Amino acid sequence: MTTVVPSSDRSKPMISLKGVSKTFGRNIRAVIDIDLDVAEGEVVVIVGPSGSGKSTVLRCINLLEVPTAGTVMVDGFDMTSSDTNLDQVRAEVGMVFQQFNLFPHLKAIENITLAQRKVRNRSQEEATDVAMRQLTRVGIPEKADSYPRQLSGGQQQRVAIARSLAMDPKVMLFDEPTSALDPEMVKEVLDVMLGLAHDGMTMVVVTHEMGFAKAAADRLVFIDEGEIVEVGPPEEVFSHPTQERTQAFFNKILH
Amino acid sequence: MSEFRSTPDGRITDERPWWDVFPWWSLIIVTLLAWMGWQIIDSPDYRLAWERIIPGLALTLQSTVYAFGISLFIALLAGTGQMSRNVVIRNLARTYVEFIRGIPMLPLIFTVALIVVPELTELLNARLIRWFDWEFKLSFQMRATVTLAVIYGAYMAEIFRGGIQSIPPGQSEAGRSLGLSRRQTMKSVVLPQAMRAIIPPMGNDFIAILKDTSLLSVLGALEITQRARQFSASTFKFREGYFVSAFIYLVLTLSLSVLLGVLERRMTRDRVGER
Repeated sequence: MTTVVPSSDRSKPMISLKGVSKTFGRNIRAVIDIDLDVAEGEVVVIVGPSGSGKSTVLRCINLLEVPTAGTVMVDGFDMTSSDTNLDQVRAEVGMVFQQFNLFPHLKAIENITLAQRKVRNRSQEEATDVAMRQLTRVGIPEKADSYPRQLSGGQQQRVAIARSLAMDPKVMLFDEPTSALDPEMVKEVLDVMLGLAHDGMTMVVVTHEMGFAKAAADRLVFIDEGEIVEVGPPEEVFSHPTQERTQAFFNKILH
Repeated sequence: MSEFRSTPDGRITDERPWWDVFPWWSLIIVTLLAWMGWQIIDSPDYRLAWERIIPGLALTLQSTVYAFGISLFIALLAGTGQMSRNVVIRNLARTYVEFIRGIPMLPLIFTVALIVVPELTELLNARLIRWFDWEFKLSFQMRATVTLAVIYGAYMAEIFRGGIQSIPPGQSEAGRSLGLSRRQTMKSVVLPQAMRAIIPPMGNDFIAILKDTSLLSVLGALEITQRARQFSASTFKFREGYFVSAFIYLVLTLSLSVLLGVLERRMTRDRVGER
């Protein structure tokens, strides 16, 4: 890359969504006029009923979903501008999926080294070093040579987290990371995420795990029907929701 | 899938008796082939047919390999072209595929070999002769082979497209969100996985091309079928001529499909337990 990258502006938030809307087809409005800033080191948890558009908001951040209106700034780069090298910024934004999306034809270690070599231009040795460090961090260094199909769901998700972390991202996005897991495996993944939060990673997490939200979130965002209904510290939103819709939602899931 | 039935001692089992499971069809075919082979050794008429027809084998195999190689190249272009973001490329690729797939092979062979190729070469040669004092010639055999390649290029383009589209979108999303470019994602993430879906039907098309080289006989290419026709017409020994050519095709296609079966088993063995 010979293009000169302007240094990012520290006074600005790490992620900034302004008036972001996403319409599918002619009239399915998944996300309507979302404004959301995430500061560096902040952990934001997004909750809401299924189909409320919370995943779409998350996918708009790294432009896996292209917003139909509004601007998305990540680390000072305008993601919706055609001047921005999307691939370059995406390397700074890790993403963890509900279905893990590990590459089934590659071993765990190869899953983690692929993008390091191709995008970060690291040597095989360096990439392997980093990969082993990250696998140790998520607690399964002994699974380096296993294929995804030989791993449990929880282990696969932890490899997926290690794969993202190996790129040294500035932000981590989690799209319902525990929703596809058997109950006994949820904790091992949440523990890794808690560790990340304590280490000061900037995180945006879409989840149904209210325990995680209480333990790790700086702010809780409640989304319903594509709109942000309520934002606040988790304890406050849980115990004193100001909006009727928020109350109704928590009444349903907290009992 | 398995059919449950009870054994004489009353147990329910999905095990079937050996005579129900045994592949009798292969025994029948092997017997027929052995009988044919014996005829060729034993009977002077069959031996004569064999001696006249077998020299066509080289041309049959050569056309098959050339046609397959060229069509593989065309198919990769047309298959990925149909998924291009460029509206012109996408529609050109689609037009080619739909056009070719909608016309029977025999008229296509006549059209390409007798109209398209001569007119294209004439157009080309008008310049070549003026500039280089050299002209481009394509034998009837090569014209026919190119035609086969153009036809199978369209069929195989669909295999490429289907294979690539069978990979869940989450795979390229994971690649792109790691910062890999479209091209890198296609090359390192999608294509290696798609090959598993692509190789088995490709093998079937290789066998289909082998059989369809028999159509080249209509252009006078001296491959197996044309030699069988000539032998039968000149000696009136139709049975010998066509039986021997069928024998040669069967030996070729059956051994190829056995090979393909081994390859497929090896590939499915690797993906046991995969989602």
